[in-house]
Amino acid sequence: MLRMACFLLAITASGFSVADVSAVYGFESRGEEQRYQNLIAELRCPKCQNQNIADSNSPISKDMRNLVYQMMLDGASNEEIVESLVDRFGEFVKYKPDLDSRTLVLWATPVIAVLGGLLVVAGVVVRSRRAGTAAPALSNEEQARIDKMLGERNQGGNA
Amino acid sequence: MKRFLLFLPLLVAVIVGVFLFAGIGKDPTKLDSALIGKQVPVFSLKSLKSPDSSLDEGLFRGEVTLLNVWGTWCPACRDEHDDLMRIAREKKVAIIGLNYKDNRDDALVWLDRLGDPYRTVIYDPKGTLGFDLGVYGAPETFVIDASGVVRYRHVGVLNGEVWEQILLPVINEARENG
Repeated sequence: MLRMACFLLAITASGFSVADVSAVYGFESRGEEQRYQNLIAELRCPKCQNQNIADSNSPISKDMRNLVYQMMLDGASNEEIVESLVDRFGEFVKYKPDLDSRTLVLWATPVIAVLGGLLVVAGVVVRSRRAGTAAPALSNEEQARIDKMLGERNQGGNA
Repeated sequence: MKRFLLFLPLLVAVIVGVFLFAGIGKDPTKLDSALIGKQVPVFSLKSLKSPDSSLDEGLFRGEVTLLNVWGTWCPACRDEHDDLMRIAREKKVAIIGLNYKDNRDDALVWLDRLGDPYRTVIYDPKGTLGFDLGVYGAPETFVIDASGVVRYRHVGVLNGEVWEQILLPVINEARENG
């Protein structure tokens, strides 16, 4: 019973915290609120560098969230909002940097790593195939010897 | 071919090593300003010292200036204050203050008690100009040339070394080119 009460309390409390966010910033629709949440999740706080501005409590993140919200109210597109923050704080605030000459290595590394891995796998497979076909077939004599040996072992096992 | 494959791990280690070595000694908390090469943002704010007068971006025209972002809530700003006083005393460059997210009474007491190195102080209690300048933590110091273009930004305490080795050369260059 107590456990049930705790569970209900937890559910209600989480409901409150969600309601709290929309109490600070009112949105016309769920879609708009979701757009806001997505935007602040992919913008990076310049002060606390490993947090996005959704998670960060620093004053600068608060200002940045406020700008995102105000620009949304003014009907700005996602690109315009991100661009306006990049103009102030630099490319650093984007968790997904644009593809240009400076970030080429960054974007290409996963592809290079996967291709490299595929090459290694292909190499191993080809080599083992080659080794398989290259092995000389047994002559009749040898085959007979093996059959005899295996036959002996099986009999020994049964005994 | 087999020989070559034996050296492959070494090759990979060297390439990764070169990349990582390039990052050693870089302070990741110091970001380049996005405003370098751009005009000081448009603003209209009150002066800290004379509340009746308004200030705008025209303040930065005519000569090379140092824009120092500070607040009484910022302990590191206290650390650099003596260096700012020395620069002001030696008349090396005009210093303009940006009092960032602070309140006027505290700021005036601070200047009264510790001395006032600023020619003018822009009063920005809501941090709007600071936000447009991309300020993410005081103290920050900008070098602005005679046509109002941001030339450099230093994040963190301005000490003698920063002044001699970084800011002064930038200021001299801005003066020559300006």
